[in-house]
Amino acid sequence: MTMAGSNTEPPKPLWLLAELTYSCPLQCPYCSNPVDIAKYKQELTTDEWIRVFREARAMGAAQLGLSGGEPLVRQDLEILIAEARKLGFYTNLITSGVGMDEDRIKAFKKAGLDHIQVSFQASDEELNNFIAGTDAFEHKLEMARLVKKYDYPMVLCFVLHRQNQEQVAQILDLAAALEADYVELAATQYYGWAMLNRDALMPTREQVKKAEAVAHEYQKKMQGKMKIYYVVPDYYENRPKACMNGWGSVFLTISPDGTAVPCHAASTLPGLTFPNVKDHSIEYIWNDSEDFNKFRGYGWMKEPCKTCPEREKDFGGCRCQAYMLTGDARNADPVCSKSPHHGELLDKLTQLEAAAEKNEKPLVFRNMPNSRKLLKGVSLN
Amino acid sequence: MQIAGNSIIKIAPGFRLQWEEAQNCHVILYPEGMVKLNAAAGEILKRCDGTKTVDDVIADLTKVFPDVDLTNDVYQLLEAAHDNGWIKHRTT
Ligand code: SF4
Ligand code: SF4
Repeated sequence: MTMAGSNTEPPKPLWLLAELTYSCPLQCPYCSNPVDIAKYKQELTTDEWIRVFREARAMGAAQLGLSGGEPLVRQDLEILIAEARKLGFYTNLITSGVGMDEDRIKAFKKAGLDHIQVSFQASDEELNNFIAGTDAFEHKLEMARLVKKYDYPMVLCFVLHRQNQEQVAQILDLAAALEADYVELAATQYYGWAMLNRDALMPTREQVKKAEAVAHEYQKKMQGKMKIYYVVPDYYENRPKACMNGWGSVFLTISPDGTAVPCHAASTLPGLTFPNVKDHSIEYIWNDSEDFNKFRGYGWMKEPCKTCPEREKDFGGCRCQAYMLTGDARNADPVCSKSPHHGELLDKLTQLEAAAEKNEKPLVFRNMPNSRKLLKGVSLN
Repeated sequence: MQIAGNSIIKIAPGFRLQWEEAQNCHVILYPEGMVKLNAAAGEILKRCDGTKTVDDVIADLTKVFPDVDLTNDVYQLLEAAHDNGWIKHRTT
């Protein structure tokens, strides 16, 4: 029945995302980490991570994202980079910059780090530090300059939401002044903490339209100097994103405690077995585990996706979004206008837009005390 | 600046050319991305090590593939690679 049937080999995990830790000195309310971060106590050891790298590399993984939380919190980061680089990974450090200094940037270079992505929360100090929940802006500027000084390719990442959606021009001016090679204007992905704060973060349609126009103008202006990626928030589209390029098709994410998931939001889905690298090889997890096969191919689909001519383009969208918004992970992502739940999503957006002016829901900041409260069932907004 | 016979080519900083066993081809790796190369592109780019001129690269390829004139292919590929930002060139 399935197109990617049993006689074709499973695809290769080209992208390994290593969430080294959920500790983070920042508290971004748009963070897509799970809200139960306080539960993840047993982080993998250095040797366990190295084993994960070796096994994933042997299966064909070429890109390694070192992320978190804040990966700089791990004191063995230099060792992990060096080992990964020796194995032949292209190593990407995805960081807030907090916890970095010139010595460490130098050490990473020596270890063979290929690229550093620094995230900013806004283009001005006040909003940046408010969203980050800490005074990080000046330090981030300094780190961005050092990234360039040590000749790394630099990607600056700005997560956009209602509070900074109108700053796109200032953001791109800042990125140009810092000589970024690439800028990612990433729409907030409504998982984890971001989902909890969705009412306060969802930009209005008007904001999104304006931001897009500005981004396109800069793309032309900066051509050949700075590459700008701008993705429209998918809630405002009629077709969903090809989430993760298909379930278990390219991406393998390992959580700090060794849980393997096909995408960083998948831990919110019910009915998964959550294989852990402490108990299984990467080969077993990727090729044979129930989780990674669950939404592979097309056999799991329900209508309208099942017989849709576009299913090879978007794979029915995001499983986590389908689950969060419709209660069934096998449904079409309701961003799709063919989904019977699409109307509900539009109504919700209209409601959010109407409430945007009042802005009454307080932001819940992403930190361990809040996570512990949420685990106890305390409602924070 | 045009790529010419005496240009020396190297892979641009931030990009990496390597053989990928799992893909059975050469690839270019860059921040969060990968491009698979066909056999000819792999053969050409792996010789662009920052010491050889384009003429050297062509001469070297001719030794390995004596029956084909690769000159045009080499220039075409290098122009495309340059447009993509994969390579840098300087003149001797
Ligand atoms: S989004 Fe913010 S809070 Fe979440 S891990 Fe990144 S820097 Fe930390
Ligand atoms: S119906 Fe499903 S497969 Fe078709 S376009 Fe919508 S989400 Fe994609």
